[in-house]
Amino acid sequence: MNWALSIPLFIYLIGIFFIGLWANCYVQKTASFIKEYFIGSRSLGGFILAMTMMATYGSASSFIGGPGIAYQTGLGWVLLSMAQLPAGYFVLTVLGKKFAILARQYDAVTLTDFLKARYQSNTVAIFSTLSIIIFLFSSMAAQWVGGARLLESIFGISYTTALIIFAVSVIVYVVIGGFRAVSFTDAIQGSVMFFGTMILLVAVIVAGGGIENIMMTLVEENPYLISPFGADGNLTPLYVSSYWILVGVGLVGLPQLAVRAMSYKDSQALHRGIIYNTVFVGVIMFGMHLIGVFARAVHPGIVNGDHVMPTITMEVLPPLLAGIVLAAPLAAIMSTVDALLITVSSAVVKDIYLGFINPEATEREIKIGSFLTTAIIGIIVFFIALSPPDFLIWLNLFAFGGLESTFIWPVIFGLYWNKANHYGAISAMIIGMTSYILLDQLYPNAFGMHTVVVPILLSCISFVLASWMTSGKGTIQSFKHR
Amino acid sequence: MQNKKLKEDRRIQIAHKEALIGVGLVIFNFLWWFAFAYGLGSGNPAEYRYILGFPEWFFYSCIGSLVIMSLLVTLIVKKFFTEVPLDDPPHDGDQQSWPD
Repeated sequence: MNWALSIPLFIYLIGIFFIGLWANCYVQKTASFIKEYFIGSRSLGGFILAMTMMATYGSASSFIGGPGIAYQTGLGWVLLSMAQLPAGYFVLTVLGKKFAILARQYDAVTLTDFLKARYQSNTVAIFSTLSIIIFLFSSMAAQWVGGARLLESIFGISYTTALIIFAVSVIVYVVIGGFRAVSFTDAIQGSVMFFGTMILLVAVIVAGGGIENIMMTLVEENPYLISPFGADGNLTPLYVSSYWILVGVGLVGLPQLAVRAMSYKDSQALHRGIIYNTVFVGVIMFGMHLIGVFARAVHPGIVNGDHVMPTITMEVLPPLLAGIVLAAPLAAIMSTVDALLITVSSAVVKDIYLGFINPEATEREIKIGSFLTTAIIGIIVFFIALSPPDFLIWLNLFAFGGLESTFIWPVIFGLYWNKANHYGAISAMIIGMTSYILLDQLYPNAFGMHTVVVPILLSCISFVLASWMTSGKGTIQSFKHR
Repeated sequence: MQNKKLKEDRRIQIAHKEALIGVGLVIFNFLWWFAFAYGLGSGNPAEYRYILGFPEWFFYSCIGSLVIMSLLVTLIVKKFFTEVPLDDPPHDGDQQSWPD
């Protein structure tokens, strides 16, 4: 156990625990528990909004997996990672004010609430809830594995101990503090991610003897490390461009991000959030992946990609600073996991329990039910993560792409196309999800693009066709804004 | 009542305009990124030119898009995004809190 390395981490864990306690005061005092616990009473300001958007999105793959691939691939992977820049502004501008206004009119607390009210359909609600639970659950498990492995490799403690430390700290503040604790800890976690990236980038450049020197070393090893096509020359422009769907515009379909787009206080918060978020996401994604490439010049020969970031941090920084920087990936993982946990819990409590089982539940029942549900989900994920599946990124991207192809069109058409109806939404969700799973298994990276592209296209076509064919049918009148 | 409806439409119009601006931003972002990366980076890596130590394509495409998009987003949000109330307009008789 290296004490200098672990002090920053300890301080950080204690800090987020106190935020959980502070948020719990709001949870205890609030007039509407469900709105406070699952959406923080729609009170986020611009800075917190940007931080929680960025920290929820930025995960193990941004800090561990991504730099590892950049290490193997070179600047081509940094180019690919820049497809994430729209994550900063696109989700918030495109969902934008229309989503915020409608969410308030519908009194929506979850994405499912929004879809259910917009399409007036229980089938849509059930489908939405199930896919959120299934996909976000698998995503959460993958992140927990990442978090525990990271603690394991930094401190040399056993995987199980690491997982317990990680699980306990996350579960406690999420259970007691709800969405407010999640978003305010995201602000701390986001700051750690931002400054950690900056510190490490500078340190790696210095350790490598300057940028020119690093580039020369890379060119000597393999000139294609500094080309847009990757070390093996196999990153085609089409493939790299298709990531603009997966990690750029497609993010509109992610429930954990959409729920944040209905949680801010006012227009000003949204405006500031868009600006800050663009800078935060841009700097972190660019910085971390560039660090991965530079690490190759500083410390060649790391075989396991997941070890690149921790190894290089401990090599180029003194222990105390290394502790701060290594808190960054941990923060990235925690801030994703806490958002997923509260989103899954909201799906169970708000969408299933209150939506179908017991709509007349009392405030007290809801309160106890919410605390219990959140804790139980956390504990189940803990046990799943004990015998972890491999391929962290693979699982993570699977949940990503699956959710995007399921939700993107029901959300977008629901907002901006008056003729969109529940037939369209249901067919788009079924086709989006099943085609993603089938293609991922049978024909991954179809036509040289990331797997997500074709399911999103199919989902769009089926939505439009189904809505057209059924227009005028059924009970749904054409949608009005009011 | 008539008045309230008009203002409601105005909020929605603004929301639609701003969503379209978001789409415009991402198209511009993509074109900038693509054009510099593959326009300047497609040649032989041994013959790249460098700016501040980075290959030219990388400097413009990656660092450039980060800088230009940060500036552009700031400018557009500050100049063209309008503040509107997100909550429902208050019910009958309370016109005060709803200035045009």
